[in-house]
Amino acid sequence: MTALTISAQDSVTMLGREIKHTFRFPLMLISSIITPVVMLLLFVYILGGPIGDGLGSAAHGVAYIDFLAPGIIMMTVASGASTTSINVNTDLTGGIIDRFRTMPLTRGAILAGHVGAGVLRTVLTTAVVTGVAVLAGFRPQASAAGGLAVLGVVLAFAFALSWLAAALGLNAKTVAGANGATLPLQFLLPFLSSAFVPADTMPAAIRWFTSNQPFTPVTESLRGLMTGVPVGNSVYVALAWSAGIALAGYLWARVAFNRGAR
Amino acid sequence: MRGLRKAYGEKVVLDGVDLHIGEGEVFALLGPNGAGKTTTVKILSTSIPADGGTAAVLGHDLPAEAAAVRALIGVTGQFSAVDDLLTAEENLTLMGRLLHVPPAERRARVASLLERFDLVEAAKQTPATYSGGMRRRLDIAMTLMGRPRLIFLDEPTTGLDPRSRHIMWQLIRDLVADGVTVLLTTQYLEEADQLADRVAVLDHGRIVAEGTPEELKRRIPGAHIRLRLADAGALDAAALALPEGTRDDEELTLRVPNEGGVRSLRDVLARLGDDVSVDDLSIHTPDLDDVFFALTSTVKEQNR
Repeated sequence: MTALTISAQDSVTMLGREIKHTFRFPLMLISSIITPVVMLLLFVYILGGPIGDGLGSAAHGVAYIDFLAPGIIMMTVASGASTTSINVNTDLTGGIIDRFRTMPLTRGAILAGHVGAGVLRTVLTTAVVTGVAVLAGFRPQASAAGGLAVLGVVLAFAFALSWLAAALGLNAKTVAGANGATLPLQFLLPFLSSAFVPADTMPAAIRWFTSNQPFTPVTESLRGLMTGVPVGNSVYVALAWSAGIALAGYLWARVAFNRGAR
Repeated sequence: MRGLRKAYGEKVVLDGVDLHIGEGEVFALLGPNGAGKTTTVKILSTSIPADGGTAAVLGHDLPAEAAAVRALIGVTGQFSAVDDLLTAEENLTLMGRLLHVPPAERRARVASLLERFDLVEAAKQTPATYSGGMRRRLDIAMTLMGRPRLIFLDEPTTGLDPRSRHIMWQLIRDLVADGVTVLLTTQYLEEADQLADRVAVLDHGRIVAEGTPEELKRRIPGAHIRLRLADAGALDAAALALPEGTRDDEELTLRVPNEGGVRSLRDVLARLGDDVSVDDLSIHTPDLDDVFFALTSTVKEQNR
């Protein structure tokens, strides 16, 4: 066997382990579905009336649920980061990473398994949340190609946030800290993006931040692809951010992983 | 290993450790908390690099040939590193997959390890339901999956009840019977005495003594016979017959230095004669506790 097939085989083994974990302890999977669903219901049925009326033409003329749902899908991707971070940290603090370090296995496989599982979980959670949004009145109008593009953006962003979450999990001292470190990804950045209201409606200073942070182009590209409003260059910006975050997250995770071996 | 050094910032953990461990030997690294035992194990098991000194494991230099070393060793850390969400069987299978054991052999090996470590009934349960002893057994079974030639056991019985400890000792003895080399760390002197062919006492990052348990015990004076006499008169008579003894008038005892063995005991009794009435006699040989306290305290004195 070549080094490459061995490392692929090790990664698949670790991925299988993570998938088993996910279904044996489904609470985290469920909670990363419930959080965005609660947000969806809250904004559609409680806050959505006045927000939708107030937005008017700023929402590109689409119903508020159609404006909101792509943002909620983005939030679903982000809420998966917590699970990955917690799982990586559990392995680290529980000592099993120490065991793996003394075994003749490809070191990258440990994190690759976590990241791969994070991406697969996100596919599942975003599918469920999209289904709930449809039940709540969301009417996506994507073509087949548009649907694939949506999947592509979700996968790229999930991959990026999974690497970042792995790095956060490796840098946290406790499981609670690993969860806490992902809170900005789960809540702060989604709220300070165009997920709930368009950036133009925000105060100037916040508008600048909102327009230039990665969660906005991800939301804009999903919204454009799913509702037919113009996407502009947001898909490329979203993919570029995803590539940048993935690379930074990967390098940071690698440093943190190797630092543990001192 | 020669002159092994390791420091975390200002804190020196290993301060030039030299050790040679023979193949097929059980070697115990004995020391209090913070002596550097775990750090030594981590360096030799390729987890962390040393700051200085040289080390070779089964003919492979560290850290250059770490990959070759990893294929030959098995490590059981201080805290059980089992996967809590997987059953015993799945944990062992995971190890087999990661060690690239072919499927048929892997299944056979999982079954035989479950059998050997008395985990057959618990095979389909996750470790959440296990006792401390069972977790430890699973942990060591996982370590053996790859048929290692050298096993590191870092405080294998810490936190176990006496029964589990004895079971663990027997398992370790069985490993040795298979010809595996074992490096064991422990803070229990009795454990080193029970299991080890040779012992090194580690204190403040330095080896303060090394040898077989017997050799170490011999280095410490303090073997004696303790006689308890019937009354003050008998004590006087005994003290007269055995002038090298130390008397304790309150307890009516006489403590006579004795290097051990039946001959010297017979000699003491002969000199005592038949007329002195002895209530009780006990023989004290220094155990590793005495050695340990004597050695670790002398180092402290020197450092002062």
